[in-house]
Amino acid sequence: MTMPYYASAEQVMRDRSEYARKGISRGRSVAVLTYADGVLLIAENPSSTLHKLGEIYDRIGFAAVGRYSEFESLRVAGVRLADVRGYSYNRRDVTGRIVANAYAQTLGAIFTEQMKPYEVELCVAEVGDTPERDQLYRLTFDGSVVDEPNFVVMGGQAEAVTGHLRENFHVGMGLADALKVGIDALSAVSPATAGTGQGGHTRLNAEQLEVAVLDRRRPKRAFRRVIGAALHALLGDGQAAREASEGGTHAHTPSHPAPGTPAGLGDPAAPDTAGGAEYELRHDEDGGEG
Amino acid sequence: MDVSSAGRSGFPPAYLDRVGSSFTDFLASSAPDLLPGRRPLPQLPVGDIAPHGTTIVAVTYEGGVLMGGDRRATMGNLISSRDIEKVYPADSYSVIGIAGAAGIAIEMVKLYQVELEHYEKIEGLTMSLDGKANRLAQMIRGNLGAALQGLAVVPLFAGFDLDAAAGTAPGRIFSYDVTGGNYEERGYAAVGSGSLFAKNSLKKTWRSGLPADAATRTVVEALYDAADDDSATGGPDPVRRLYPIVYRVDAEGAVRLTDAEVAAIADTIISERADADRQNMNREA
Repeated sequence: MTMPYYASAEQVMRDRSEYARKGISRGRSVAVLTYADGVLLIAENPSSTLHKLGEIYDRIGFAAVGRYSEFESLRVAGVRLADVRGYSYNRRDVTGRIVANAYAQTLGAIFTEQMKPYEVELCVAEVGDTPERDQLYRLTFDGSVVDEPNFVVMGGQAEAVTGHLRENFHVGMGLADALKVGIDALSAVSPATAGTGQGGHTRLNAEQLEVAVLDRRRPKRAFRRVIGAALHALLGDGQAAREASEGGTHAHTPSHPAPGTPAGLGDPAAPDTAGGAEYELRHDEDGGEG
Repeated sequence: MDVSSAGRSGFPPAYLDRVGSSFTDFLASSAPDLLPGRRPLPQLPVGDIAPHGTTIVAVTYEGGVLMGGDRRATMGNLISSRDIEKVYPADSYSVIGIAGAAGIAIEMVKLYQVELEHYEKIEGLTMSLDGKANRLAQMIRGNLGAALQGLAVVPLFAGFDLDAAAGTAPGRIFSYDVTGGNYEERGYAAVGSGSLFAKNSLKKTWRSGLPADAATRTVVEALYDAADDDSATGGPDPVRRLYPIVYRVDAEGAVRLTDAEVAAIADTIISERADADRQNMNREA
């Protein structure tokens, strides 16, 4: 039997890190920001069905960059963990920390034990009753977990986007303002917008974005995708009215009620008010702009 | 990697397998003890020592569907609860009412709600109304053993069909039997011990295409008639301010009618009947 070629543990880990980092840096960026009423998740994602943002549980959202098949299986595992726990204990006993810990340990085990590490970076966001209790956990391919204040940026141009956000982000912004700051930061580095504008980057438009919020004012399930007319209205660009009135023709409009809108089911007798939040969002937007 | 290495990792391997979007199926493989109907049952009828819920009524109306249930649970000939809730939203466009062994039924409703939400989160889509009705049938089917020991659960399921073709009624009702048989009902349906009387009442009061308020009245009246003749069904209780629970499902989603709304309808029915009775007595005198 031949001995395997010797490589020091240090070397192996470095190679794996480099491999994972390369994979992640090829992808587009995702930003997760806190705002006055919750957490805003923005992804540059031209697909309207292969989501990078998702709902884990009532107050917990998920954002990911990297290889889709890998973070999708992690997302499903997170939903399963949360649902099993919520079903066997109580809905209030499911916290972002538990989900983040499970991700950290899983990613850590895969990183050290398998030939190929997962090329993913995740953010587990939990919205609290007050802004101080919002939590953003950032998880990297090697299983490290960091609890970040205010915002998390992941993906190819994370450094540049973070720099941009550091200059423009303020604690307690309204939804429309937070969205604007987030999109500007993503647009500034996105290859999709480079060269299309005169001497600089144009702004990413609704079709290139995937946007979701964890709204603390919603009674049970805080996660909500912002799509179609609601997104156009929030973006507040000149075309908003026209595009919104076309409603249903572009790719982001779902044929069914948007996932995430249905009833919160914690107390079986207390239904969520489905459909109410879109109205509220618009209100917000009016307030922010006016 | 071998299985032993999973001890350290966060998720057990089953969690990372991408198979199926059913929560029930997932529990069956990873935590079967959490499922109702998977436990060993005593070889004796135990129906009399478990609380039983009674009458549930559902009717369609022009904009969707309504479901109502009385507030009584019985244990043998004892009233075990006066304020039990037996109608629940299953998700934002469907409701479920339960008759039968209350403990198992409520556990089943809880599981069913998670099942629908779980599917929605994993698939990113809402299950079709027929799909939902079918999932419920499978759950009831799993309870057949318990049903034969006196712990039957018989639900009534109703929802707003988002895929309904234009021109057809969007509100649909599904009834079940203890073996998991699933039947779509036309117009109205009732389950539970008072269902016979409730259906008789609906036969006279319900018409196709009623507006929402008139249809709500038929529901409350049917429950009143059931309570009139069935000892296990509770009538409106103005002393404790307990009234039937009524849910309305329309294009906006499922909403529970407020107690005040239902109370107003129940009070109208009671006073109308009292007037009619008084007139009869006057005529006889």
